[in-house]
Amino acid sequence: MSLAILLAGTRKGLMIARSADDRRTWATSDFQFLNQEVYSVAIDTRHDPPRIFAGVGTGHWGPLLTYSDDLGKSWTEPVAPPIGFPTGSDAAVARVWQLQPATAQQPDVVYAGVEPHALFRSDDRGESFSLVEGLWEHPDRPSWQPGGGGACLHTVLTHPTDPDDLIVVMSAAGVYRSQDGGANWKPANRGIQVANVPEDQRFPVFGQCVHKVAFHPATPQRLFAQNHFGVYRSEDRGDSWAPIESGLPSNFGFAMVAHPHRPDVLYNFPLQADAERFPPEARLRVYRTEDAGASWEPLSRGLPEDPYYGAVLRDSMVADSLDPVGVYFGTRLGEVYASRDDGDSWSMIAEHLPDVLSVRVAEVA
Amino acid sequence: MTSRLLLPAALRRYAGEQAEVEIRGGTLGAALDDLAERHPQLERRLRDEQGRLRPHVLMFVDGVSVRGGAPMETTVSDGAEVFVAPAVSGGSG
Repeated sequence: MSLAILLAGTRKGLMIARSADDRRTWATSDFQFLNQEVYSVAIDTRHDPPRIFAGVGTGHWGPLLTYSDDLGKSWTEPVAPPIGFPTGSDAAVARVWQLQPATAQQPDVVYAGVEPHALFRSDDRGESFSLVEGLWEHPDRPSWQPGGGGACLHTVLTHPTDPDDLIVVMSAAGVYRSQDGGANWKPANRGIQVANVPEDQRFPVFGQCVHKVAFHPATPQRLFAQNHFGVYRSEDRGDSWAPIESGLPSNFGFAMVAHPHRPDVLYNFPLQADAERFPPEARLRVYRTEDAGASWEPLSRGLPEDPYYGAVLRDSMVADSLDPVGVYFGTRLGEVYASRDDGDSWSMIAEHLPDVLSVRVAEVA
Repeated sequence: MTSRLLLPAALRRYAGEQAEVEIRGGTLGAALDDLAERHPQLERRLRDEQGRLRPHVLMFVDGVSVRGGAPMETTVSDGAEVFVAPAVSGGSG
C-alpha cells in the first residue's frame, strides 16, 4: 500500500498528514515546531529515503533550515549554518520563503528563495547553500521593492530538461529568468501590469508584484502567472504575457497550480481584491481551466457553503502526481481541503490549525 | 577571560540542556566567536551571519544591556555573567 504525505506549514508549526489508503483518509495528529512559523516546506523524492525540508522561523532566534530523512520523525539541523549571506555583504536571511528541489538530472541540487530578495543553491542536498551571485548583483536589485509580505523571492522554477534555465519570482520585483544556470538574469514581465500607478507607467520592465508562476513540465515554454491584479499566460517562457482572467470572478489572488498530467489544466484561487482578501462572494471555491485560461469553472462540491472568509496564500495550494490527480489547499482559517478527483469534489482533511502558509504533498512509498 | 553565558529555557537544547555555558573572550564579540566554535547552533540563534545581535534578542553583561552603540565591542571581564533573554517584542500573535 502506498503512503502519501502532506506537509502543511502554518504560522505556529508544521502538520504532517499521512494517508495509506490512496488518499481517502488522512492521519493529521502529527504537529511539530510548536509556535514557530513554517513558511516553506519541500518533499524531495529524488533519493530513497525521501528528504523533507522545512524553512522555519524561530521568532526571536532567527530563521532555521532543517530536514528529515525519516518523514518527520526526527530532524537534522546542519552544524555549519546551512544558509546565509557571505560575510561583508551586510545582508542577513530573514526568512526562507521557498525550498525547491531541482530536477532529477541534478539530484543533489536544491534551491532556496529567501528574504531579502535572493536565491541560494545547494549542491549537497541541502547541507549547505551558496548565494547565487548573479541575481544578488543584478543592477535592478537596488530598485526592487518589498511586497506586502516582505522583500521575498517566493518562487523558483526549474526547467524539466535544461538545468541552466531558471525562473524566479519576487515580490515586488516580478519574474526573472536565467538561461545560464544563474550567472545572468533578465526581467520577464512584458505584458504584466502594475495596476495602481499612473496609466503610462503600468508596464515597467520590472517592479510587478507577481504572486505565483506555474507551468506544466511537458510545456515549459508556457507559463501561467497570478499577479497582484491580473492572471496571465506566456507562450514564450516569460518573454511576453497576455491576460487570461476572463471568466474568473476576480483577477486578484495568490495561489496557482498546474495539473501534473494535462497541460491545459490549471487551478486558481481568486480573492476579491487586495483590500478584500476573501473569496469572492465569501464562497469557498477553486477555479479550474481546462483550456489554458480561455474559460474557467468554479469547483465547490464538498466545500463549505456558509460564508467563508479564509484566504489561500501563494504556496498553500498544490497538486500531487497521481492519477486521478489530488489537489490540496490550506486556508488562513487553519483548514486543509483535498480533492482526489482532479478537483471535482473536495473534503476537509484538517481543521483548527493556525493559518496555513505552505503545503506540499507527495507519494513517498 | 572566562565568563558565564546564562541561557533561557528555549535555548538550552542547543547547549546540551545546560542552563549556562562557559565562554571565553575579552569582548562580547570574541566570546560569541568562541561560542560559535563549540555551540554553533546556539550562537547562530543569538547573532545573524554578519555577526550582529538578532533584533529581538536581549543580552546583558553583568546586568547592563548591550543594546545601542556597538554591542559586540562590549567588554566582558573575567567571571562576568552574560544573560540572554528573548525581548518581549518579536512575536506574531
